[in-house]
Amino acid sequence: MAESNFDLTLGPLQFNWPAQKFVDFYAAVADEAPVDRVVIGELVCSKRAPFYADRLPEAIERLERGGKQVLLGSLALVTLERERRAARETFDQTAHEVEINDLTLMNWVRGDKPFSVGPLVNVYNEATLAFLAGRGARRVCLPPELPFASVETIAKASRDIGVGIEVWAYGRMPLAISGRCYHARARGLSKDSCQFVCDKDPDGLPTKTLDGVEFLAINGVQTLSFKYANLILDLDRLADAGVAGLRLSPHSGDFIAVAKAFAGVCEGRISPQEGLFRLRRAAPQAEFTDGFLFGDCGAAPLPAF
Amino acid sequence: MTAPRSIELICPAGTPAALRGAVEAGAHAVYCGFNDETNARNFPGLNFSREEMAEAIKFAHNHGAKVLVALNTFPRAGTFWRWSKAVDDCARFGADAVILADLGLLDYAARRDCGLRLHLSVQAAAANADAINFYARTFGVKRVVLPRVLTVQEIAAINREIDAETEVFIFGGLCVMAEGRCSLSSYATGKSPNMNGACSPASHVEYREAGGHLVSRLGGFAINRVAAGQPAPYPTLCKGVFEAGDYKGHVFEDPVSLDAAALIPQLNEAGVTALKIEGRQRSRAYTEAVVRSFRRALDDHAAGRPIAAGDLRALTEGQQTTSGAYRKTWR
Repeated sequence: MAESNFDLTLGPLQFNWPAQKFVDFYAAVADEAPVDRVVIGELVCSKRAPFYADRLPEAIERLERGGKQVLLGSLALVTLERERRAARETFDQTAHEVEINDLTLMNWVRGDKPFSVGPLVNVYNEATLAFLAGRGARRVCLPPELPFASVETIAKASRDIGVGIEVWAYGRMPLAISGRCYHARARGLSKDSCQFVCDKDPDGLPTKTLDGVEFLAINGVQTLSFKYANLILDLDRLADAGVAGLRLSPHSGDFIAVAKAFAGVCEGRISPQEGLFRLRRAAPQAEFTDGFLFGDCGAAPLPAF
Repeated sequence: MTAPRSIELICPAGTPAALRGAVEAGAHAVYCGFNDETNARNFPGLNFSREEMAEAIKFAHNHGAKVLVALNTFPRAGTFWRWSKAVDDCARFGADAVILADLGLLDYAARRDCGLRLHLSVQAAAANADAINFYARTFGVKRVVLPRVLTVQEIAAINREIDAETEVFIFGGLCVMAEGRCSLSSYATGKSPNMNGACSPASHVEYREAGGHLVSRLGGFAINRVAAGQPAPYPTLCKGVFEAGDYKGHVFEDPVSLDAAALIPQLNEAGVTALKIEGRQRSRAYTEAVVRSFRRALDDHAAGRPIAAGDLRALTEGQQTTSGAYRKTWR
């Protein structure tokens, strides 16, 4: 494909990784991954945050030394008192741009400090986009469930109001968030006494149907798609639509290779087919889909080419 | 304990007949929607034409009841006019409130300043006092339907901090995910509650017998299996049987429905303004029976009488019930 001007954004880690793995991952991203922006911070469960909170500053510093723009990402579902406090502090105590994933944070946005909007905020149309832009949003990653026609319409509207539109281009997609922890439930525990069993599954716990079909992946209070979104064959269409950025969501395995494959196709150095081949090699266990955008449903397999 | 404040009973109506039934059975307010994708119960044969809505509002007002119109899906890009027109029509018909979830639509309704009362749908999943205050301050939202992820204690704490009324679900179907933030259904079927107003739609359901079992599928995914001849549960995705690691069973939630009737006193104490019954897709007979039973429970409570237990059990059709997230152990 022709060269395109997508930014690559590394989304926040969705999984519960040990602190050292967390730090090592972001160090490798800082040094080797050809991404422009990195969103960092706990998205899924506030109980996980203390495990790596004291390692965050070094991870951020390393990423900035590596030339990445670092954004602090918010929690997806804010209910507890300490979560509200943390949400407020995210805005008040940082010089970094914030990516909001819960509208709770709209309380703390100020006109003089631009912010980003993550894929867990419901931006389904141009009116919502315009509202958020009016409050200072300058980048919006759309919810993964949007069909391409909606992406096109919203991206078109974004040009006139100075907001960049991003789409979920790689990784297991967030499908639901709950008050209940399914990792704990699957092990006969409750959320309050969860023993952090979600740390056993670095990419989520695959969940099969009665037929043995891999269907979903459980990640604590979050439910993900079993399939990985993969839009590497669709970059021309996305560029034509005016999409500004691609979001890559962290997974275990060779994630640097994933970022390089996307960068290679964006820069026109390798073909989309070669990019797909490299993604298959980087994540041999993954099944890929672009179904929400281009198929009958979110789980539709990638078309053969 | 302080004297109980009066609580409003908010009842579902999928048809004009159900609305009349609910009003006659003692509903303080009825919620309903237009027969298109602007509302989150967009099922075939359900909901109100424009003419029916105008008449229903007149009927309810003549009987001292309110009508709250749910426009609680997220407008599809490029067709926002369909939703904004629905807001305009509600104002014209004299609806008592519109129940909205989308930021763009809330912004439209607030700017239009047509005197319509704005309620925040459960689909907006405003789960804490800060989020609620944002909607109240920004759009003048007067009431918030709380997402089903909160305990009674958390609801009480929220009510101490907000300048809006709260409404909570008391009976009926139970979402286990934060509503309005779930695309499980569109992952399996392409149809989503947020965009199309339908979860686990019947158009994508299939029952097939194989090997002495009846398997129910949604979008081709096996969701449930029962012995042939047994009643097969409707394959709502989050109530299905799955295998996660060593666990095999109802990974997300058992096939239960919500019954928090026993918690009416506590919810009242927690400062809740209104109790909501789920089930716009249900029959008029069901709606009437549930409404009558809950109205009696509320009147008993208001008069200081104990609430009769077991009265509602017959209405859950033999299903198990749960008080859901209202009790912390559910999590």
